[in-house]
Amino acid sequence: MAAAEQPPLAAPDGPAGPAVDAMAGRPGGPLRRIAATFAENRAAVAGLGLIAAITLFCFAGPLIYPTNQVTVQLGLAKLPPGGRFPLGTDPSGYNVLGRLMVGGQSSLELGFAVSIATTVLGTAYGAVAGLAGGIVDALMMRVIDTALAVPALVLLLILVNVVTPNLGVIILLLTLLSWLPIARLVRGEVLTLKTREFVQAVKVMGATRRRIVLRHLAPNAIGVIVVNATFTLSDAILTLSALSFLGLGLPPPQADWGGMLSGGLNYLFDGYWWLVYPPAVILILTVVAFNLIGDAVRDALDVRLQRP
Amino acid sequence: MTAFLIRRIGQAAAVVMGVMVLTFVLIHLEPGSAARAALGPHVTAGRIAIFNSTYGLNEPLYRQFGGYLAQVARGNLGTSYALQQPVSTLIAQRLPRDLLLLGVSTALALILALPLGLYQALRRNRPGDYVFTGIAFTLYSMPDFLLAIALIAVFCVQLRLLPPEAPQATTVTGLLADPRALILPVLTLALVSVASFSRYMRSSAIDTLAQDYIRVARAKGLSRRLILARHVLRNSLLPVITIVGLSFPAIVAGAVIAEEVFNFPGMGLLFYQAATSHDFPVLLGSTLVVGISTVIGSLAADIAYAVLDPRIRYGRG
Repeated sequence: MAAAEQPPLAAPDGPAGPAVDAMAGRPGGPLRRIAATFAENRAAVAGLGLIAAITLFCFAGPLIYPTNQVTVQLGLAKLPPGGRFPLGTDPSGYNVLGRLMVGGQSSLELGFAVSIATTVLGTAYGAVAGLAGGIVDALMMRVIDTALAVPALVLLLILVNVVTPNLGVIILLLTLLSWLPIARLVRGEVLTLKTREFVQAVKVMGATRRRIVLRHLAPNAIGVIVVNATFTLSDAILTLSALSFLGLGLPPPQADWGGMLSGGLNYLFDGYWWLVYPPAVILILTVVAFNLIGDAVRDALDVRLQRP
Repeated sequence: MTAFLIRRIGQAAAVVMGVMVLTFVLIHLEPGSAARAALGPHVTAGRIAIFNSTYGLNEPLYRQFGGYLAQVARGNLGTSYALQQPVSTLIAQRLPRDLLLLGVSTALALILALPLGLYQALRRNRPGDYVFTGIAFTLYSMPDFLLAIALIAVFCVQLRLLPPEAPQATTVTGLLADPRALILPVLTLALVSVASFSRYMRSSAIDTLAQDYIRVARAKGLSRRLILARHVLRNSLLPVITIVGLSFPAIVAGAVIAEEVFNFPGMGLLFYQAATSHDFPVLLGSTLVVGISTVIGSLAADIAYAVLDPRIRYGRG
């Protein structure tokens, strides 16, 4: 929902016009400007609220509503929603509502961990390549081209068949496969920024390399990095679900939303709808929410979109 | 242009070489896994040793790789452990089917996504835009397998219109003889791509519409239709072309899932089965094909870029 609060092309004096104008003259770094534009995007704020609610549900939920998610109880298998089990039970007798919380913990932990790790790794790599330039840069970029030429899912399928998957291993593998695009983006950003007048100016003024990177390059490149981090997060959750569907996800009794969903789909045509809809809805909502946030940050960064 | 092409092809060759090294190292991380997968979990150490020496798996890795390269140079990709067929035969059978599946679905995705993105850009922030944005976000945020199974649930189980399995014919003409069975796999892959392509087209068209030359064209009194066709569409296409060229890995990943759901006998299914059964020659061969295709994809994107944009002329700088 790009730029929901910004005036359409034909009407530059739309309701949000004055706010945008005020922002252009607003003091403070790019971060604050991004935050202001972001706050005006209702869809993105809703996305942020949704993520907060879902995170709370997954991590605080089990404290209020503890359920058995370890011992299989076949006597309680596939019970319809109602009474003790608001969302029914699954084929192993696990409470589906409780399992959504536990599964969500894996999905969210994976998403956040992969997102943070790829951002750190990719940013460092891209920044070094961009700052070094020359042959070092060329070599470092060819490494990325090579790794990008094989789809991540393909490499992942090879790897999970070699090592036994658990959450830590999958986080590590996904990180190793997901840091490439961000490295490339950051390098591009650094290369552009390096030639800009303000960086040239501070360089002439005798600023140290460290100061240029921390005070001038990093704040200006942060937008691209944040956008990529949110998309990496939702992609990681989806990739884990694809792995689960292929039977290569987390081994039971661990759970993630994708695993619950692909397990439930086996029973879709037998009428056990409560095994499908709850994980499908929460998985899609989460990924949509992260994508809305990423989209809004990207719009907030795009100067041309702010002043059409 | 020629100099640019030569340099670009040289880079591409280096990348393909890198892909082969990478895959080779990855699959050999666990010694004995291929033997156990081919001969069963209770195989004795002696049998593993025999298997490894038969296939040369006990030699040092660089030796194995050198031998593999020499064979590949002669067009020999080895023999599948599980299927006991030459890998080149397997790939030759399956690759045309995938070109059909991926080609038709990507073409369909573009036919749907380009007008859709343009429409959304023109109706920006009005109800029509919001509706399609919502649909695109939902499609994009769905696991591919869920989309595929939802389509089966609607078109096969509820409406009883289409078969749930892809055609099993061995040739491309055989596949085309049963077009109804191809609809769902094609639609699954197309819908996933429509979601992302239309987003890029939308934001690219919004950028183009804000340019001065569009204002000039309007001021000159050109018809709306001419402006859209000649100026907006052509200029908005550039970023989208790049995305299509670069999204090849994502399309392949989608194909692995779609082929598994619809039992489509293509490269994706071949690769998935090879990965689970540690069929090294098939894994190496299919990764090589995917790597080459990706490199060709990004090369094609570069060339299309130059053809579409008169400002870009490679090889002058």
